[in-house]
Amino acid sequence: MADNILLQIKGLVIGATSYPPGEPPKEVTLVHGVDLTLKRGRVLGLIGESGAGKSTIGLSAMSYGRGGVRLTAGTIHLNGREIRLADARALRSLRGREVTYVSQSAAASFNPAKQIMEQVIETCLSHGLASKPEAEARAVALFRKLGLPSPETIGNRYPHQVSGGQLQRCMTAMALCPKPDLVIFDEPTTALDVTTQIDVLAAIKEAIRDTGVAALYITHDLAVVAQVADEIMVLRHGRMVELGETGQIIKAPVQDYTKALVSVRSLDHVEKAPAAPILQVQNVTARYRGTSFDVLKNVTVDLPAGQTLAVVGESGSGKSTLARAITGLLPPSQGRITFAGRTLSADLAGRSKDDLREVQMIYQMADTAMNPRQTVGTIIGRPLELYFNLKGAERDLRVQELLDHIEMGKGFAARYPAELSGGQKQRVCIARALAAKPKLIICDEVTSALDPLVADGILKLLLALQAETQMAYLFITHDLATVRAISDKIAVMFKGAVVRYGQKSDVLSPPYDDYTDLLLSSVPEMEQGWLESVIAHRKMESAGN
Amino acid sequence: MHPVLKLVTQRLALGLLLLLAVSVVIFLGVEALPGDTAQAILGQSATPQALANLREQMGLNEPPLTRYFSWLGGILTGDLGTALTNGADIAQSIKQRLGNTLFLAGCAAVISVPLAIVLGLIAARYAGRWPDKLISGVTLTTISLPEFVAAYFVIFLLTQLIPIFQPVAMVLPGMGFWAKLNAVALPVIVLVMVVLAHMMRMTRAAILNVMQSAYIETAELKGLSPMTVIWRHAFPNAIAPVVSVVMLNLAYLVVGVVVVEVVFSYNALGQYLVDHVTKRDLPVVQAVGLIFAAVYIFLNMLADIIGILANPRLRHPK
Repeated sequence: MADNILLQIKGLVIGATSYPPGEPPKEVTLVHGVDLTLKRGRVLGLIGESGAGKSTIGLSAMSYGRGGVRLTAGTIHLNGREIRLADARALRSLRGREVTYVSQSAAASFNPAKQIMEQVIETCLSHGLASKPEAEARAVALFRKLGLPSPETIGNRYPHQVSGGQLQRCMTAMALCPKPDLVIFDEPTTALDVTTQIDVLAAIKEAIRDTGVAALYITHDLAVVAQVADEIMVLRHGRMVELGETGQIIKAPVQDYTKALVSVRSLDHVEKAPAAPILQVQNVTARYRGTSFDVLKNVTVDLPAGQTLAVVGESGSGKSTLARAITGLLPPSQGRITFAGRTLSADLAGRSKDDLREVQMIYQMADTAMNPRQTVGTIIGRPLELYFNLKGAERDLRVQELLDHIEMGKGFAARYPAELSGGQKQRVCIARALAAKPKLIICDEVTSALDPLVADGILKLLLALQAETQMAYLFITHDLATVRAISDKIAVMFKGAVVRYGQKSDVLSPPYDDYTDLLLSSVPEMEQGWLESVIAHRKMESAGN
Repeated sequence: MHPVLKLVTQRLALGLLLLLAVSVVIFLGVEALPGDTAQAILGQSATPQALANLREQMGLNEPPLTRYFSWLGGILTGDLGTALTNGADIAQSIKQRLGNTLFLAGCAAVISVPLAIVLGLIAARYAGRWPDKLISGVTLTTISLPEFVAAYFVIFLLTQLIPIFQPVAMVLPGMGFWAKLNAVALPVIVLVMVVLAHMMRMTRAAILNVMQSAYIETAELKGLSPMTVIWRHAFPNAIAPVVSVVMLNLAYLVVGVVVVEVVFSYNALGQYLVDHVTKRDLPVVQAVGLIFAAVYIFLNMLADIIGILANPRLRHPK
């Protein structure tokens, strides 16, 4: 029975040196004594929020520490050999041969200067596992199994010549090509659109099943991991919270934290009745300078004060471009935008200070939306100086009020963005927008980069602020759970045009148009077998057509 | 039209345009100097009548625009005029010296470029460890030495302490290739010392920059050896910045080595230029200036073009 065990980790402790700004470096422990056993051919899901240590634990199966991460204590047995203390030569021989890795961003993980085929078969050749023609034949077979278009020739392309979803499948092929015993999937579908994710997920699942390879599947999305894993381990702050068969974890979680993860998407919002609009976007068409392609096609939507319009669509659907048109960053070639009863000038230069003040934006990456060399107090204080001419103690008082508003206590005003967590950074960005006393806030994927529970907190805060101040939100997102949780009206965008628009209850009830149907049915549901039923359903439909 | 072809054509056209602009600047620069060629030939004590006659004879009374175009036309047909000091044909004088300059620069480049890149790769492989520190230390020392100090040091070492080379790099017409090579050995060593550090540091920095990329981690997790990772995955993505620095150094080897030429009595373009600057021989200064400008523009254009060709996104559009 013992040789059925592929990977056994006992008492694993992982540490790193952290360099907090303005303080001496200190040792931190990322993983506190985790045990893990994986049998051949089984799939174990590792789930948790960022900082839970799931990627770090996953990579320890290759005895690899990213950056300055060190595997400090414990044992890691792979195929019966201890590998934590193995030397560089031994590690090189097992990496790529016995264990391979699929990362979150295939686009960054493929070398842009080399053809896909060369990279896919590289491991086979460098480890002497197959001759070049054999390896290429294997790769083509994998491309076909993973449902890539023109499997014979796609390997001749360069990474930038294929789409993100295709590249993610190529990376899976690259991991499977040397016929490893174990593949580590590190959030392989997180960066993909929901409609692409489902295909890639199905391809990965089928490949795992057909090749009989064992896998560690790392993700923050319980609904995704429920589709592929036999067992799930829930992690938090570098400790195991719960381990169980997939069915047990999603149906009958024991620990409170797991229960919170399972029910995180339960936030619901009762839509408000239609009212007179504060923002009207009328027949707006726009294109980027120097191109001949309309990125917005005749878009008409409106948004009442104190309500939320969710703009939903995949990447490239034009939803962020709509935000740019409304804020004046991209002057539309046709159409009109009215706000609070006045027509807004098409370009930024023609707008009054009040026009600018009343429309604020919050971005997806709170990190890059703040100057890392300014304190939180300076960041939030800047719009107060600009729009209300507040200075000195008066400004500091208002900054503190705003910080209280976003449920952050005293002492934060003196901190730098690098000293804040992801959720706190996004709260500071919200406070900065609030400081201008806007009538409309455009939220561009504000929760996409956050963990589910943190995102939930941000959405609750936004709703509370809306109830208090009657601000309108234009909420751009690709996540339909977020849409359900926050919106009063919904506009579904596809290739620059609005394909479905109306009150939330209307948009989200059948009959659906084809695209909305595809979008809604692609959102993973937290039940085993959901993936198969959707794929089977789609095959049936396409056979029927 | 293929986008690469379009970009390369644009670069070529831009290079030519730039060269034309430089020729205007050189012409105007010489024009702005007090006195003119006739004055330079006849000296301060010339009579106004003699000056007027000579000006008439040399066409110096024509408007500047006409003279510029006749000068430009001469250059395009290979006629660079005659030197004032000795009446020699400039094109003829430059031809042999340019050959010497290119021979010296070529020898130095053939050694220094591959050496700098290999040292850069090794320094990047062992970044922060002793091989890196040794390579950086040695190359920074050699670049910090002024060329003439380095030159005398090399002369002392290799002609006095270990007498294996001639201190004077005399290259005569009719010398065989190996004899020529032997003659330029010392200046080549000095030039390699001077240009090595810059290219090595750039290679190291460019590689280390690329080493942060996710695809390098992918390569490491494939179990490839560190040198394979650097050579196969990092270097192809670091070519453009390395090439641009290499080209700047090559240009320096052609146009900036007058001190080394003087120390080794090497008869090449730099010395020729300096000689004629001191004698106010303006036609020669103009001609050599234009050649130097052309070398700079050509090499930088080449760096741009290689950078374009090294980018797979441009080479293979979607």
